[in-house]
Amino acid sequence: MGKNTTFTGRRWRGGLLAAAVLTVAGCSGGGTVSGETAKAPADPADASGTIKVLTHRTDLVQNGTMARYAEEFNKVYPEVKVKFEALTDYEGEVKIRMNTDDYGDVLMIPAAVAKNDYPKFFAPLGTAAELGGTYRFSDKTEVGGKVYGIAQFGTANGFVYNKAVWKKAGVTAWPTTPREFLADLKVVKAKTDALPYYTNFKDGWPLTAWSNSIGSVTCDAKANDKLAGAVSPWREGSELNVIDSLLYDVVKGGLSEKDPNTTNWEASKGMIAQGKVATMQLGSWAITQMRDAAEKAGADPDDIGFMPFPVQKDGKYCAVLASDYQQAVNAHSSHKAAARAWIDWFTQKSGYSAKEGAVPALKSAPMPGTLKDFVDNDVSFQERSEVKTGEVNAIDNAAEIGLNKPDYRQKLIDLARGAQHGSLDDFFADLDKRWNEAARTAGS
Amino acid sequence: MTETTHTAPAKVPRAAASPGTAPAPDGSRRGGRVLRRLTPWLFLAVPLALLVTFTYVPVGNMIYYSFTDWDGVSPDRHFTGVDNYEQIFTRPELFRVFFVSFYYLAASAVQIVIALYFATVLSFDLRFRNLFKGILFFPYLINGVAIGFVFLYFFQDGGTLDSVLSWFGAGSDHAWLGDPESANTSLAGVSVWRFTGLNFVLFLGAIQSIPAELYEAAQLDGASRWQQFRHIIAPSIRPVLSLSVILAVSGSLSVFEIPYIMTGGATGTTTFVIQTVKLAFQFNKTGLASAAAVVLLLIILLITWIQRRLVPDEKVDLV
Repeated sequence: MGKNTTFTGRRWRGGLLAAAVLTVAGCSGGGTVSGETAKAPADPADASGTIKVLTHRTDLVQNGTMARYAEEFNKVYPEVKVKFEALTDYEGEVKIRMNTDDYGDVLMIPAAVAKNDYPKFFAPLGTAAELGGTYRFSDKTEVGGKVYGIAQFGTANGFVYNKAVWKKAGVTAWPTTPREFLADLKVVKAKTDALPYYTNFKDGWPLTAWSNSIGSVTCDAKANDKLAGAVSPWREGSELNVIDSLLYDVVKGGLSEKDPNTTNWEASKGMIAQGKVATMQLGSWAITQMRDAAEKAGADPDDIGFMPFPVQKDGKYCAVLASDYQQAVNAHSSHKAAARAWIDWFTQKSGYSAKEGAVPALKSAPMPGTLKDFVDNDVSFQERSEVKTGEVNAIDNAAEIGLNKPDYRQKLIDLARGAQHGSLDDFFADLDKRWNEAARTAGS
Repeated sequence: MTETTHTAPAKVPRAAASPGTAPAPDGSRRGGRVLRRLTPWLFLAVPLALLVTFTYVPVGNMIYYSFTDWDGVSPDRHFTGVDNYEQIFTRPELFRVFFVSFYYLAASAVQIVIALYFATVLSFDLRFRNLFKGILFFPYLINGVAIGFVFLYFFQDGGTLDSVLSWFGAGSDHAWLGDPESANTSLAGVSVWRFTGLNFVLFLGAIQSIPAELYEAAQLDGASRWQQFRHIIAPSIRPVLSLSVILAVSGSLSVFEIPYIMTGGATGTTTFVIQTVKLAFQFNKTGLASAAAVVLLLIILLITWIQRRLVPDEKVDLV
């Protein structure tokens, strides 16, 4: 028996040694990056090779829409073959793949990558001065004067609502204050069978849309940058205080669904289209999807409307434009020119953003039809400044709050409907405390 | 045991080289010995390689990450010593989630009792007994993700549970996943539904290994069913019972997929593993999350060790 144990003991140590060796080997993955700019070829015939495009739009890859874009692209660049790889859990999978060199030639920059790490993963696309004139949102991926990503498109933020339901309740004008918004929802509840507001609590991510309204309250494109530091973001009268108080009051007033833990995003599209739900806070990208849902359900797509966040500054509404995923070129790609050609073509010529009803990344392109109400009503568009996004995200992660994660708003909703105990003021005070502490440590 | 198998073949070449027989050429003899030494390792090579690659390397990596501030993506990571562990033990909110485990612990007690009851009943002659065995084991075969989705509809406002209750005139207006207490109870209920089958099969196997004469003798002596259970079945399945308890405790501490899929940890249903996953993949604190995983591993090892100490593995000797 004694001998036996020493034998296994030796093997165990051998196993550990092997594990340690492999551990060290595993850590040294990832080759060096040249930092050479991915330039589009001057002559389309010069670009060649097979490029792989990673995308989160599984729906568009499955129904062949992306393949049709690639066909169009091939008319200009005949030598480039474009392959798509659609990932259902895009963020989770790409993040892990980025530990290797093989993460496609073109990809959407995952939110998990810290801004300062961009040069280690992506090829620069040009200087800020070069790209800033052509594209919106290019400062989001600017590191050291170079830009690493081009937005697919952007979205304006606001509330998707069913016009017919609101009209039935007798409300035709957009609310101008949070209080008015709440009063309107109450009327909707009283006069129609519709649920005034749907949180999409279970799926979670729709709750993060509320954060995209940062800047709408004070009409300040730099509002998000101002969060960098120990600034108590939830203090009285601040952007986040107004935004999150509104959500709290909506839920507290019993104006949202009874059992939020069983909500369903896919079903919610049909519900708002058929007038079972009156309002949802979302980006303008959602309008086309809701209208599609309305068509499928036999309802009138024109009933789907979009209203700005209910706050006015000097008698005018503000809508913040935030960028969607940014497309980047893998620094390890061997077909950088072809990859860049695809990004430029897809952003400028494909008609993708217009079809999605989104705000084009190309500055010269017009606003989409889905935002016609905003343009007609003179809503002022604020292109969100992203200069300090890296710092803000670092603080946000260090504080484990998650402005762009559902968790803290889920807790807010639980507080509002009494499923958890505590007051809103205490909750905000705690968030402020965590944010400020994290700002002091993460800033260093 | 290993000793005998090791020494026995080692003696053979020595016997062959005894005086009188022609000594074999030195090279081939050594080659033969090396090969003989190597043979078990050759057989073991593939499983060992798999074991090391998929178990020890990841665990080694995890332990290594737990001493760094890695964010999960960045090629840079800094060694931070025991800082992550210090954080885990100085932030009470990271440990508070263990209270949720009590719901699952209570549920596993219920689960073991149910499984034991059915295993006992179905080990006697009963009509449709194989059918019932199948029915009871079936939930365990279903993928956890599918179960999550099924029960999401089940608990929905006006869903299956509500409509079934309304048939019996007990139509409730209760949001099952609406508040922490009922949400956790509901989720623990789902886990009972799912894992009873596994316990059941373990118990059934143990019970069926009891010699039938014992029951016969007991029956002749006029023992009731309860007495048979109390004095024959219960003592003879003790090792399996204690194994089930260990599995139940470690399972309750590391509950993950059912609450993650059904509520995503909202409304106070966050378990320690969900919290760890969120730290790693939402807040990019892979280092801290690895440390949390190591701590969970140590806690489970500790509890198992204590349990083995309190209830030592006795050899069951019935006959």
